[in-house]
Amino acid sequence: MQHDDVIWDIIGNKQFCSFKVKTKSQNFCRNEYNITGLCNRSSCPLANSQYATIREEKGQCFLYMKVIERAAFPAKMWEKVKLSKNYEKALEQIDENLIYWPRFIRHKCKQRFTKITQYLIRMRKLVLKRQRKLVPLSRKVERREKRKEEKALIAAQLDNAIEKELLERLKQGTYGDIYNFPVHAFDRALEQQDEESEEEEEDEEEEEEDDEDVGKSEFVAEDEVEESDLSDFEEMNKLRTSSDEEEQESSEEEEEEEMEVETKASKSKGKSPANGSAARKKRAYVEIEYEQETEPTPKSRAT
Amino acid sequence: TRTGSRQHTQGGGVETKEEQEEKMEKSEQAAAAFPPSFSVSEIKNKQRRHLMFMKFKQEKRKQKLQLKKKKKKEREALGDKAPPKEVPKTIENQRVYDETTVNPEDEEVAFDEGTDEFCSYFNGLTNPKVLITTSDRPRGRTVRFCEQLATVIPNAYVYYRRGLALKRVVPQCIARNFTYVMVVNEDRKVPNGLVLCHLPDGPTAHFKVSSVRLRKEMKRRGKEPTEHSPEVILNNFSTRLGHSIGRLFAALFPQDPQFVGRQVATFHNQRDFIFFRFHRYIFKNEKKVGIQELGPRFTLKLRSLQKGTFDSKFGEYEWVLKVSLSAVTVFFKMQEELCCLI
Repeated sequence: MQHDDVIWDIIGNKQFCSFKVKTKSQNFCRNEYNITGLCNRSSCPLANSQYATIREEKGQCFLYMKVIERAAFPAKMWEKVKLSKNYEKALEQIDENLIYWPRFIRHKCKQRFTKITQYLIRMRKLVLKRQRKLVPLSRKVERREKRKEEKALIAAQLDNAIEKELLERLKQGTYGDIYNFPVHAFDRALEQQDEESEEEEEDEEEEEEDDEDVGKSEFVAEDEVEESDLSDFEEMNKLRTSSDEEEQESSEEEEEEEMEVETKASKSKGKSPANGSAARKKRAYVEIEYEQETEPTPKSRAT
Repeated sequence: TRTGSRQHTQGGGVETKEEQEEKMEKSEQAAAAFPPSFSVSEIKNKQRRHLMFMKFKQEKRKQKLQLKKKKKKEREALGDKAPPKEVPKTIENQRVYDETTVNPEDEEVAFDEGTDEFCSYFNGLTNPKVLITTSDRPRGRTVRFCEQLATVIPNAYVYYRRGLALKRVVPQCIARNFTYVMVVNEDRKVPNGLVLCHLPDGPTAHFKVSSVRLRKEMKRRGKEPTEHSPEVILNNFSTRLGHSIGRLFAALFPQDPQFVGRQVATFHNQRDFIFFRFHRYIFKNEKKVGIQELGPRFTLKLRSLQKGTFDSKFGEYEWVLKVSLSAVTVFFKMQEELCCLI
């Protein structure tokens, strides 16, 4: 015999129900035929001999009904009614099938049916939108690629490659006239046949320009000042003997001379011997340059 | 009792091992007459096998060291007449010549390039206009990466994605005269993919992005990049595939770089990894140039190249990266010898 109260007494309160899930505030029922999903006296499908639910399969909703007359035949216990796809018609169907049933079950069935149709609609909408596809990464492959990348980076020698490429572009002349580096121009001049005349002309131009710079002080790096040919040996000797006095006296002149040397050196390496301003000697970070054409006050030459 | 017994066996094992070693050595010495018929891998006991293997390795190392010393002595003894040092084999040395390498004077290639999707750019008709966007809901790192990319590429605009489908984004961009769409894909708060789509039905390239360094993570970096258009360096894009990818990158930047800005963007292809760097250079003299890294840096690896605009379902794939789990395939699809494009 089907004693609902006894069943509920046992599984609901005192002993074990395998469908019951207990949490801090609520008890849930995992039975698939449960209409609300909670573990209650009125919602338990085991403890109610007259029961109805709505379930959906592949987008189709069905009304399941259980009556006490069929309690002895578990295989035929649940009567399954297919509900129409039209929402209102389906609600009428539910009403029609559950006529004279308790209000609670009728109400809950309709609620559940509404919820199900809503989530089915949302599923259909989501499928049309962009789906995020998860592509699985293989750890082995990732590890290998990382190692390969590191090795490729080392093999690439990026800085060198970039510098080489930039220098090549400079040589090929893609930069035009922006950078004037003298050796380039000097090489080209060497290739041409009338060197000397060009140098002489440019010498005069340089001297004029140098006179303009006289008086201005400029900070000059040592490295770029290169020693030219030691053609004027006499001047070298004189330098050695008369260094100290000259250092104190003609500091400014030295600067000017250095500057002149600087401009000359920056313009052309090879042109300086033609100028004759050869004797240069590095001594205690002071460089003294003697010019034969535009000789300053005799102070600098005094012994 | 268990531990006691274990110790006992261990002690016993060690003893037996030592005995065995002595026996082995003796047998080795005795077996110098005929070749030893055992190899280290046939010993069943793991500990003993490991020990024998270690010994074997040590022997090998010793022999190698002796050989090296001998060679060094010989070289010093010979002095000038010594044979030249042997060059170690690298992947770059051992590269097999690939038939798809592009010869710069090839007529077919020149004809192809004259009529492909980039011809309008290379003929100077269109100026590049780039749209940079991300996947849905980008995190801070990706957003900053996109902003920095926009400073590196002149005429680039960053837009938020906001859940739009790429297929709908593309016609909108075409309508607004964009030439490129760049989509930075994000995973776990880090950019990891790049889809580069050339717009009026141009090729779509999908890259894997790795080792992204944002500007503030760079050591000794310079100031912000200016608005000048940078120069472009493309290294090692020499096969047919590499050539098309190289043109894809070249068309991102405007045709006339402003040398006043002294900025250079480099795409260097090495073993199928494309390294992107952004530098500022200065010529100290005609033999030396100094470079200072400015902008973001990242590495790309090509995953697939599609003929039309982005279409994952029905697109026609020109090239797809195939990953093999078992054997290591070493086919470099994009690189042969050095071939630089301007």
